[in-house]
Amino acid sequence: MLSIKNLHASVEGEEILKGINLEIKAGEVHAIMGPNGSGKSTLSQVLAGNETFEVTQGEISLNGENLLDLETEERAREGIFLAFQYPVEIPGVSNLQFLRTAVNAMRTHRGEPEMNAAEFMKLAKEVSKQVDLDPAFLKRGVNEGFSGGEKKRNEILQALLLQPKLAILDETDSGLDIDALQVVSKGVNALRAEDRAILMVTHYQRLLNHIVPDHVHVLAGGRIVKSGGRELALELEERGYGWLGVKDEEATPSAAS
Amino acid sequence: MATTDKEVNELIKREYEHGFVTDIEADTFEPGLNEDVIARLSAIKKEPEWMLEWRLKAYRRWLEMDEPDWAHVGYPKIDYNSISYYSAPKRKEDMPQSLDEVDPELLKTYEKLGIPLHEREKLAGVAVDAVFDSVSVATTFKEPLAKAGVIFCSISEAIQDYPELVKKYLGSVVPAGDNFFAGLNSAVFSDGTFVYVPKGVRCPMELSTYFRINAANTGQFERTLIIAEDSSYVSYLEGCTAPMRDENQLHAAVVELVALDDAQIKYSTVQNWYPGDENGKGGIFNFVTKRGAAIGKNSKISWTQVETGSAVTWKYPSCVLRGDNSVGEFYSVALTNNFQQADTGTKMIHLGKNTSSTIISKGISAGKSSNAYRGLVKFGPGAEGARNYTQCDSLLIGDRCGAHTFPYIESKNKSAIVEHEATTSKVSDEQMFLCRQRGIDPEQAVSMIVNGFCKEVFKELPMEFAVEAGKLLEVSLEGSVG
Repeated sequence: MLSIKNLHASVEGEEILKGINLEIKAGEVHAIMGPNGSGKSTLSQVLAGNETFEVTQGEISLNGENLLDLETEERAREGIFLAFQYPVEIPGVSNLQFLRTAVNAMRTHRGEPEMNAAEFMKLAKEVSKQVDLDPAFLKRGVNEGFSGGEKKRNEILQALLLQPKLAILDETDSGLDIDALQVVSKGVNALRAEDRAILMVTHYQRLLNHIVPDHVHVLAGGRIVKSGGRELALELEERGYGWLGVKDEEATPSAAS
Repeated sequence: MATTDKEVNELIKREYEHGFVTDIEADTFEPGLNEDVIARLSAIKKEPEWMLEWRLKAYRRWLEMDEPDWAHVGYPKIDYNSISYYSAPKRKEDMPQSLDEVDPELLKTYEKLGIPLHEREKLAGVAVDAVFDSVSVATTFKEPLAKAGVIFCSISEAIQDYPELVKKYLGSVVPAGDNFFAGLNSAVFSDGTFVYVPKGVRCPMELSTYFRINAANTGQFERTLIIAEDSSYVSYLEGCTAPMRDENQLHAAVVELVALDDAQIKYSTVQNWYPGDENGKGGIFNFVTKRGAAIGKNSKISWTQVETGSAVTWKYPSCVLRGDNSVGEFYSVALTNNFQQADTGTKMIHLGKNTSSTIISKGISAGKSSNAYRGLVKFGPGAEGARNYTQCDSLLIGDRCGAHTFPYIESKNKSAIVEHEATTSKVSDEQMFLCRQRGIDPEQAVSMIVNGFCKEVFKELPMEFAVEAGKLLEVSLEGSVG
């Protein structure tokens, strides 16, 4: 489904990604782990088409289509979804209006009729239950005054509504307490499907106890330095990144789980 | 997204929708201003002697006055003798008695502007006074309003038919000597709307005036007077458009509101005068004095304005809160783009006990425009327990525009309470990225973000117009993606 070949990307002239190769098949869940500053978030942003980052070399394709030729919104309509690490607020724009605009943009792209306000309200209420969000949130401004956990749940709510082909979750577990982590994980597991791939970017392995990945990759210094199965994440928890020759400036991973 | 500022600037290129000219025969004065011109104007309107005297007194006073230069705007000096002070579509001797007698060309014009003057059509719940250049061409729903006791007519008619009311209130809120533009207006005002709501009456429908400038080289001098007697209520809305021309045109209006005991006046404006082209050529100079006197106890005056047009806007709808417990409100959205300049805000003058006022101002600047909020909150010695809340938010789109805030507070009463909040923000790259990542077009994203920013003001508009106002911003922000 997603194929990344020799991807190089830089920001303000500084190269962050230095040749990433990654293949993700439909139905798979991949986890990308790595210390801070390794390029994890950059990879998510580049996949989604953030123009702050310049792709200098390499290829990204989704089901054979070259993503690098597409604008951010076109990639989204092709099925790329990014759950943000720090979801931004849009004051005065209700969540409901924002979500319906997004859903209808996708539907229009697929040649389906737009959903009217009443239809969408019904759908949105149902889906918000899946992530334990009070439907009252739908009427509030986008992320306006939301707690960290509410913002993350709101991101998963959006993924559930938009039904992407590839969901990229950028540090979705950061800043969550154990209860919120469970709710978010439940939402992500509900996303798992035969025809959908999930790419989780995380610093800590604790998320992977709840959402079990098929593949784990270690990103360091802008390159994937090791790939393996679920057990690789456990090993990282046990031994840190040091044994891979990678420096981790943050606390040891096990301290946070 | 490093390129976003440029892109966003592309997005806000606007097409002005109402820039057409109606081809209609008109009686137009030669340019120039003197006492003879004023006498001729007054004669055409068949005004009584006292009205002419009033105008001439204002004119003589105006000659002594200086054009204000304190606003944060710049424009070439206006030659007041190069403007024509009267232009009206040719018509039969008398005012049309019914809509059937109105020139079809005029009806078509309003149709095109989305303001059908047929009473059964789109705006079925709204009575309209249509002012075309210097005259009112039609007023709808006069009869059902008269049944409720509400007078809704052009100010010219009111001078003829209700001289006592006009004499009593005209100039009582904005005297001729108030400021340069108000002085000029008092001398040469042509038409506008008169509303009188009697004691205890809740006006059964929205009232509105649609101002259209059509003739070239003419000034439009609107004069509106609204009086709400004890325990009455009225909601009034004005809209404005003009053709696209390379020359600047002057619109100098005076609006006076009077609210007696327990009365409420809600006054809304959707101002969409031609803003000039993307190089700053042409457009309307909108120099306007609007003021409401909350004379009665527990009275309330509420201004809501959505200002998207004009090359230069100089406008401060204000409230004089004289009655005890009276309330003043000002809700404003001012959007400037290209080379537009706006210096707008309000004055809340607290004189009575326990008077309260709220100011919510939303300024949106794009292109190379300049957008200033200027506000005065004043508490007189008798304003025991008075309070004001002010919130001024500025939103910048792109990096070549300016936003300025000039709040003034004067207090002669120690018990008065003032709260002031101000923010400046940008349509951020992150917000744009979030919207686009969710599949939303950049154009739609900007429009959604700007509409969200204005929400607190839009909700104050009458239902029929809140949607219109949102669309107007969309049109103003529409354009091709670069």
